[in-house]
Formats: sequence, structure tokens, C-alpha cells
Amino acid sequence: MIAGGTSANPVEYALPGSGRSRFAGIMIVLRDIISRPVGAIGLFLVVFHLLLAVIASFIAPYDVALQNADRILQAPSWAHPMGTDSLGRDVFSRTITGGRISIIITLISAVIAALWGGIVGVSLGLVGGRIDEFCMRLVDAFLAIPGLLFLLLIVSFTGGGVYALIPTLSFFNGISVIRIGRGAAQGVAVKDYITAARVRGHGSRFIIFQEMLPNLQDILLVEWAMRWSWMMLAFSSLSFLGFGATPPTPDWGLMISDSREFLTVAPWAGIWPAIFLSTLIIGINLFADALGKALRVDRQQGVF
Amino acid sequence: MLRILLRRLVMAVFTLIFVAIVVFGVTEALPGDACTAYLGKLAQGERLSNCQSELGLDKSSIERFVGWSGNVLHGDLGDSLKRKRPISDIIAPRFRNTIILGASAALIGIPLAIVLGVIAGVYRDRLSDHVVSGIALLAMTIPEFVIATVLIFIFAISLKWFPAVTILPTEASVAEILPNIILPMFTLAFVMTAHILRITRASVIDTMSSEFVKMATLKGVPFRRIIFRHMLPSALLPTINIVALTMAWLLSGVVVIEKVFNYPGLGTLIIQSIFDRDLPLVQAIALMFAVIYIAVNLIADFLVILLNPRLRTKVSAGGG
Amino acid sequence: MERLIHLDDLSVGIEAGVAAPTPILRGITLDVQPNEILGLVGESGSGKSTVALSMMGYLAPGLELFGGEAIFDNVSMFDLDRKGLEALRGGEICLVPQNAGHSLTPTMTIGRQIEESLALHTDLPPADRKKTVTDLLSQVRLPSPEQIRDRHPHELSGGQQQRCAIAMALAGRPRVLLLDEPTTGLDVTTQVHILELLKDLCRASGVAMVFVSHDLGAVARISDRVAVLYAGELMELGTSSEILKNPSHPYTRGLLTSIPKMDGARIPEALPGYPPRLSATRSACAFAPRCAHRKEICLNESPPLHRPANASMVRCHFDSGNFPHSSYQGAPRPPAADNQMQKLLELQDLAISYDRPGLLSRLTGQEDKQRVLTVNNLSFVLNKGETIAVVGESGSGKSTILRAIVGLIPPCNGSMRIEGEEALDCITEARSLQCKKDIQMIFQNPDSSLNPRKTIAEILSAPLQLYFDMERTEAIDKASELLESVRLTRDYLGRTPDQLSGGEKQRVGIARAFAAQPILALCDEVTSALDVSVQAAVLELLSKLQKENGVAYLFVSHDLATVRAIADRVLVLYQGRICEIGPVDAVYKPAFHPYTEALMEAVLEPDPDAQSHVEISDIVETAPPDSGCPFQLRCQRKVGKICNEVAPPAQSVSGHTIFCHIDRDRLFQLQDE
Repeated sequence: MIAGGTSANPVEYALPGSGRSRFAGIMIVLRDIISRPVGAIGLFLVVFHLLLAVIASFIAPYDVALQNADRILQAPSWAHPMGTDSLGRDVFSRTITGGRISIIITLISAVIAALWGGIVGVSLGLVGGRIDEFCMRLVDAFLAIPGLLFLLLIVSFTGGGVYALIPTLSFFNGISVIRIGRGAAQGVAVKDYITAARVRGHGSRFIIFQEMLPNLQDILLVEWAMRWSWMMLAFSSLSFLGFGATPPTPDWGLMISDSREFLTVAPWAGIWPAIFLSTLIIGINLFADALGKALRVDRQQGVF
Repeated sequence: MLRILLRRLVMAVFTLIFVAIVVFGVTEALPGDACTAYLGKLAQGERLSNCQSELGLDKSSIERFVGWSGNVLHGDLGDSLKRKRPISDIIAPRFRNTIILGASAALIGIPLAIVLGVIAGVYRDRLSDHVVSGIALLAMTIPEFVIATVLIFIFAISLKWFPAVTILPTEASVAEILPNIILPMFTLAFVMTAHILRITRASVIDTMSSEFVKMATLKGVPFRRIIFRHMLPSALLPTINIVALTMAWLLSGVVVIEKVFNYPGLGTLIIQSIFDRDLPLVQAIALMFAVIYIAVNLIADFLVILLNPRLRTKVSAGGG
Repeated sequence: MERLIHLDDLSVGIEAGVAAPTPILRGITLDVQPNEILGLVGESGSGKSTVALSMMGYLAPGLELFGGEAIFDNVSMFDLDRKGLEALRGGEICLVPQNAGHSLTPTMTIGRQIEESLALHTDLPPADRKKTVTDLLSQVRLPSPEQIRDRHPHELSGGQQQRCAIAMALAGRPRVLLLDEPTTGLDVTTQVHILELLKDLCRASGVAMVFVSHDLGAVARISDRVAVLYAGELMELGTSSEILKNPSHPYTRGLLTSIPKMDGARIPEALPGYPPRLSATRSACAFAPRCAHRKEICLNESPPLHRPANASMVRCHFDSGNFPHSSYQGAPRPPAADNQMQKLLELQDLAISYDRPGLLSRLTGQEDKQRVLTVNNLSFVLNKGETIAVVGESGSGKSTILRAIVGLIPPCNGSMRIEGEEALDCITEARSLQCKKDIQMIFQNPDSSLNPRKTIAEILSAPLQLYFDMERTEAIDKASELLESVRLTRDYLGRTPDQLSGGEKQRVGIARAFAAQPILALCDEVTSALDVSVQAAVLELLSKLQKENGVAYLFVSHDLATVRAIADRVLVLYQGRICEIGPVDAVYKPAFHPYTEALMEAVLEPDPDAQSHVEISDIVETAPPDSGCPFQLRCQRKVGKICNEVAPPAQSVSGHTIFCHIDRDRLFQLQDE
């Protein structure tokens, strides 16, 4: 019901999801998301965190790396609304900037993962046969090993720092997307319109990009959101374990890890980053849920 | 039916072979080799060449892969670089500890998840569903280390019921480990319950809207009987497989949870060995995790085949 | 008058959410009497199933009672509590569902499901239940009931599942049986068996039935009275012979004339337009937009239900007995084209198999031995501008032939040629663009054949851009021409398939095929997914396009009546082997191949006096027999051992060819016996 109108200009019809109608489509989906309480909360949390990541350095009252030996583990006060940590750094400034690095890395990685995994998965679903069988065995093998192990291994051995995580996260998450994309593509590949295109003589590229992907983009979009949430979890776990962001950088996982020693005396140093981290991941999940409902994507399997 | 079982078994073996290739391939693809990584700045001269010949790094990767997998088949996982001991000796007690943790969490989590999932699914969109699903969402989205830290804060620090971290030797007896296992077990069970619950709920909702549940209603079957006799057998079957697939995710969680509680299992060991850059040990543990995952999935497959009348009987007439 | 069920001004609709409440049923008043079979007829969206289910006090999720009552035996069903409903449903009032395959619980054996009904609704002691289950299963004429009892639903064929569902309903010793499209989706020969069974049950046990169907033929065969529903309103109600022989309402009349007839070689007259969509309000006759007799008042006022003298109850502003009966006898079939004798498509000894030889059998060189040949020994020639209809039940391999011709599966033996030169035994990808352009396919299910994410303009441009390298604007202009040729307006260009009705979608599918200017169009059951009133229009359109473009059709169908109207020659297929081929007039006259005869018997014409005498069994074969005649297992005129051992010879009988062991003269005599 997205396209429509009865304009007389024939050229306008031809544009697939032409500018105006695609924009209208996005607005319809957004309105649907907001109309659900779950979606509204999710969207708010996601937008809040994204905005905060952008403007954090402008509103942070202190330098995030500024240590102050006189102000160690201070309780929240007017000067330090969230208190200070064990090195006397301002927890508020560090918390609002603490999501930036993880959000940038996971957002980029999730887009790459959804794209490459989606295209490979859809192709496999269309092609089928022995190639598909072989590739799926390989996918199963990758999925058999906890993803976190690969991340730990590659981060610690390549020494490329957090940015080495972008290709790593994209690669291993893309493999999960292959599975989803392939399953969905198999459902579309048996439709008569795909048979019609094949019989007409269109090439695989036309069939994948013109006929199949438009029907799978919604599933991949929801999958992207789920992958993003998974990556946020993975990234913060890595930081928590000491393999992610490196010390002076403010990062939620790292801050929670650092604060554990002082949990009894200064819980604020850990609580705030934990709340921020959790609300972002919850927000992404609620958003993904509402997005799935708005796009009528049936995603049964939860996060994994 | 036997043919299907056999086919699944063969597929599992293939997956395992692929896993071995992937594990070996990924470690191989890392810059440098096991020795340069392990020795770091000391990687030069005699030290390096000794180490390399010890690991057989002078041979081609294919030769080494064949040799390594051959040894693995014989139960020989090689020696740890750092600890200079056979890896199997190091892993064995840790493996036991991880299995104890995982199994006890599963024992609590799976029944709880199924009961709650069915309740949430059957009473969809009612208060009980919203409460259960809401908590499940929190459990799935809040990182395990945050949950663990909160539990430590409440039960270990404030209430002092359980120890916060384990300070036992790896080989401690099961009785000694027990009090230490409770907090990590609950953390794991909490996360596990959330995952399985959501899958169960979705499957129940799906089955509740099926034609045959509608037919049972129109046949005058009482509600309870519809749930237990008509709906649940069909709803729970597919969840078995999906639950097994979430194992990979849960195993990642095990690594983090073990680390938080300093629990002497495979998870803490692999993190330590990565810190130590002890590649042979890393490979071995990764392989162990994969074996657990594949075994669980195989068991799930077998269960489904045994329980599903569609797969149990071979005869299948076409419709029409 | 005694009445078992009474619907009183029943209105049901979609819950008021964001939009205004939308009625599905509007003020239905209807009675069911003891011992009668009431037929409920309507097209998709008419609300016929909703009517039947509301008799059990059941509304599908999302539906709400707007007003009125459903009374069963003096009990108001919508006022009953859960306990009360549980006691009645499955007991005194039972449902036979549309799709038994989906409606039987997959994890329980047939026996346990029937026993459950016995336990819930009878006071039979548990020890006797097993025996009763077996009795019930044999009552619905299932072979070896003891075995069926221990089977799970998926182990049975569609016909068997439907019989089990009927047995399960009978287990509750019902006074009323609600049958919701019980034969839809079954093969024609099976359908006749089930209808006969139901009729006999009604006669023997005196149970009343409500038979819901879209198929006037099936309704005619079984019902005592018929109610015609259209867009949620009761349009006409009367005895079978009133409704089917002398209908009053213009809709009923149109519906009857639009059904293809076995005796007329003409395309039936189509009802114009499409059924209305759901809407919140209605201030006119629902049928007015499609009605040939509409006047001013029809568009402004809803007509009341009234009974004109000597006729059925009818909802019309006019005493429709006065409407002149249409003198139109259906469009004549296009005359055979001049170039009739030019060969277009030649199939020679074609064999097709879906089995791929496994690695092992390929190594040992035993490729062909275990392969099941879905189609075998198929030879025929299709001339230019000609229509050959391929007729057979599901599993006959008729669609497989089309798939082979377009190159979706390569044949494993034999040859296919188009225009005498280009060989077609390669897959689509290996063919020339010209060849792909020349052969186009039209699909059965319009919902699946159009990409839901594309506009009609994009759908129609794809072949134009592919074959003719058209610029986009040029393609759009051409697309609107194409739309006009299938009688749609250019307004449709910007719409997506979900904004179209089934009939409109099928027209777009036809336009897409004709965009390529093909010389051969393959039609795969193109009318069977459509509403009855729209089918004739599609046939008429295909015939018009053939006249204009000189295209040849290979028209696959399960329905001999549909085929009669459009085909020049008919090919009857069973298990992928030809039974009979010849000009349409010869095939529809004796002598028949025994299978053709059975198919003819199975055609349900909307004639309440018709009697069927089916003789072939309705077992489902999953693979053709290894040797002999493909029809040996079910043949009612089997000669003897020779049928099992020797492939039947081709005999030329009065212009058509029959593959049968029975002597041609004997075949003629058989019809008279």
C-alpha cells in the first residue's frame, strides 16, 4: 500500500520506490513503530543514545581523561553529578561519551554484516543444490564455535586495536545473517514470480537484486537491528574482559570492569555506565521488535 | 528412521571436520605463528627455532593440520606452550567444571523457560505475558557481566550468602565447588531461560493459531486438553532444535560469566590462554566448545526425530 | 415449520479498531431444517464460511458479533458460556473442516482423535471405543480401517484425511453437520466420491447438513435447498431446483451462465467486474455495479429480501422473473486459424524425471533403472495458432510438461522442437533470447506470480526491456497499451499487486506474457484459482488474444468442462502417460478411454437432477506402475493380465487416438451398457 496515487505522468510510475514514495513508505513504517508503546520507547532510546554520542564532547563538563587525585571515588555532587571514579575522573563526562566508540564500530559492522550476509544468503537460497549444501556446512561450522572466542582471538593476536573489530564483527555476524537470509530466500525462490523471471531469461543478478531482495529487505533490516544489538553486547563484553577499548578511552564495558573493585564503596562508577549500556541495548531490541511488527516480518528466534 | 539418524550423525561428523579446519585456519591466518606470538619480543635466534621445531612449524600448514587432527583423534591435543603440560590434562578438570555449571543451569533454566513460555504464549497479550516477556527481554539484553555484577552486589556483598568469586583450585571436588557455583549458575540460568522462553512463546503462539487447534476447539475439546494434548506436542518439537542452536550464544555467555566469577572452567582458561598467547591451548579449547555445541545439536536432532511422528514413520502419501 | 438452526438478522464484522467497524455479514436470516442439506454458495469474501461457523457460535479471531442471533435447538449460541459450547460443539453440531490435512492434529493418531470425540460426547464405555472407531472409519468407506486407525494424518492422502474428518464428526452423533468446503482441493474423482458419501450419510442417519462451497456444481449435486451469498448478504434462498433451474437474482443467473458447460463448445458469458471489497458502509445493492439490469434505485437503496410469487426468496428491487433471459449463448470459439497445419511445437518420445541419479548409481552405471519417470513416451505436435488442452488430475505430470518446455527441468529422453528447428532439450539459461521470447508462461496462482514489491508498470516493463531493449518511457507507453488489451486501464500502472483483485492480477499476468509477443503461451491452470464469476472472462480474454495475435496455447487444466470451451484438441494424461488425444469434439463423444470416461463422470454440472455413477476408485497413486497400462490400478474396465504387463497400443477411433487394450468397437459398446 506504499506506492499509489493516480498521477497521469507515466514516467513517475516507472521509478521503483521513487524518492517520494520511498520517503512516504519510511514515514508509514516510522508512524507504525511509534504507535506501539514498545516501539516508541525503543526508538526514543536509540535516538537518545545516537544523539548523545554525537554531542557528548560538547556537553561533557570535564575532560574524560582528566585524572584528579584529590577527588577519588567521590559520591555524586553538583560538581560531579555521577560522582568520580578511582582515578578521580568525572563519571558523568565519561558515561555520556562512553558509548561513542562502541556505537560507531557496531553500527558500521552491523551494516556490513547485513549486506554481505544477506547477499550471500539470498544467493544460496536461490541457487540451492550442492554448492548451497557445502556452504551451509561451512556456516554451521562457524556457528559451532562461540563467536566471542573468534573476537578475543583476533583482537588479541592482530593487535589492530578496536578497529580490527569492524571486519571481524562483520565477518562473523554476516555468517549468522547468511542463515536467516537463505531461509527467507528459499521461501521467496519458490514463488511463481521468480519462476516467471527465470523462464523469461533474466540473469541471476536481475533475479537476486530486482526480484528477490526487494522482498527480503525487510527481513534483512530487522536482522540488521538484531545484529547491532548482538554486537553491542559482544563489544561491551570484550571491553569488560580487557580486549576491547583501551584504558584512557571512556567505554561502558571498560568502566564497569574498572569499577568492580570499588563496587562496595563507589557503586556509582559502575551503575551509570551499566544503565546507559543496558538502555541502549534494550532500546535497540525494542526498536527491532517494533520494526519487525511494522514490516510484518516474522522473526521467531530471538537474539542469537 | 534409522537412515535419518545416520544421516544426521554423518552431517555432525562433517561439521566437526569443518570446525577443525576453521579453528586451524583462523589461527593459521593470524599474523606470525604460534611461537612468535607466544615469545613476543623474545622471538629470535635459538629460542624461536627451538620452539618452532617443537611445534613442527617448519612443516607446511597442510602437513601440520593432518598431523594435528590425527593426534586429536587419538585424544592427544598436544602440549601447552606456557604450562609445558599435556593440554588434555589441563582441560579435563576444567571441562568437568564447565559441564557442571552448564548442566545445572540447564536443569533449572529449561523447565522454567518452557513453563513460562507456554504461559506467556497461551495467555498472549495478557498481564502475565507482558510481565514474563518483559523480564525475558531484560535478561536477554542486559549484558551478562552486568547481571552477574548486580547479583554479586546483592547476594555476595550485601547479603553475604554466597562467595563473590571462586578461589578454589581447579581440581577441587564437586562438593567444594557447589557453594561457588550458585551465583554463576543463576546468572547463566537467567539468561538461558530468557532465550528459550521467547522461542517457546513464539512457537506456542504460532501453534495456537493453527487449523488443528481451531478444529479441536470446534470439536468441543476442553481448553486444558487442547493445550496439553493437541497444541503442546506440536509447539514444543520445533523449539528443541532452535534451543540447541542458541547454544552457541550461551557458550559465549559462559565465557563471560566464568570470567566474572573467576570460576575454574574452560571459559576462564581460554581467556587466560589468549592472554598468554598459548595458541595450541586456544585451539584445543575452541574445539572443545564446538564439540559441546555439535553434541547438543545432535541430541536435539535425535530427540526431534524420535518424538516427531512425521519423521518417525517413513511412509508419506502425497496429498490430493 | 420445524427448524434446527435459526440465524436471526445476524451481523458479524471486523472489530472497530482504528478504522470504522466493517461488517462481513449483514443481517443474515436463515433456517436449517432437520434432515435437509442446505447449500451455502458464494465466492471468496462472500462470508459463507463465517455464516457456517457462527452456527456453532464461533467467530474467527478479530471478528465480532455486531447484532442478531444464532439459535441452535432453542439455544442462543452466542450467549452460551465455554462449558455450554464445549458440550454442543463436536456433539450435536459438528464441523467438517475445509482442509482436513491441516485440521487434524499432526501428533495424534486418527484413532485417538476419534476416540477423543467419543469420550467427550458419548457415554460409550472406554472398552468399546476402539471398536466404534473402526466402525466409523468403515462407515466413511475407508479401506482397512484398523490400519488407518493407527496412522498419523500425514500418512494419509487428502481424500482419506477428509474421510477421517467426517468420521470424527460423526463420532459425536451430530444432529447437524457443518461442511466447510469439504471437497475443495481434492481431485475431481475423489470429490465425487466424498459427495456421494455425504449424501448417503444424510439419507441413512437423518443428520442435517450445511454444505458450504464456491462450486455450484457440487452444491447442485448434494443440496435440497440453496442459499446464495454475495458480499456478506443473502441474495437468494430457495430449493435446489428453483435456484439452479430458475434463478431469480441477476447474480445467481450470472453465476450459472458463467460456468463452462460440458455440452456447449462455447466460452460462457462472463459476469462483468469483480466482487466488491470490504467497506464500512453500504447504501446500495451490493451487486448493482455488476448488474446488467440495474436502475437508478439500485445505486441508492439497499433492496429488501422478499418472495415473489412462485419463486425463491430474493434480494432485489425488481421482480426479476420479468427480466428477459439473456439470449446470449456464450462467445463462439475462434475459428481454426488458416496456418493450422504449420507445425509449431513437436514433442517426440519425451521422458522427464525429477530424480537425479545419486553418486553411487552413476558410478555403477545404473542411472536409468531406479528413476521414476514422471512423464514418459509423450509425443504430440502443436500447430501454429492452435490450442491443445492437457487434462489430468494432480500428479498426472501435466504441469511437468510445461516446466520441461520452458526449460526448468531438462528431459531425460526424447526431443522437443519449436518451429522445426530450435531444440528445446536444454535448460532456459542455455536458450537463445529469441527462443525465450517465443515461449511465455501464464501461471495458476495470480497471488504468487506477481512480485508484491513491484508496481504493475515495473512488472510489465521487465519483459519489454529484456526482449526489445526499450527505453523506460517507451516501455511504460507499451505497458499501458498492454493493459488496455487485457481490458484494464492505465491507472493500474502505478498500483502494486496487493491493490488488485485475483481476476485483475491474472489479467496482468496475461499481459506480461503477451508483452513478449510470444508464438506459444503455456497456460498452467490459469482459471482454477479464480472466482467462478471471473473465470469465464479470463477464458474469453485468452480467446480474444489468440484471435489478435495468432498465438498457440498449451492449456493445462483438471477440468474437462473448462477445456471444452477453449481447446481445439484435447490430450488426456494419467501418471505422465497419454491416455487419449484428439480433436475436442471427438474426445467428448464416445468412444472414451476409461480414464476420460471417469473424468467426464466427475465433472459436476450445476444440475440438481444429475446423477453420478462413479466406478473408479479414488486411491492415490504416487508413482506410475513399472509396466503395462498407467491406469491399470484404478481402471473400471480392466481386461486382464495384459493391462498389467503390456503398454496399451494406440488405436485410432473416429478421429482421436486412444491408448487402451480394449478393442475400439468394444469401447463404443461399453458406453451403452
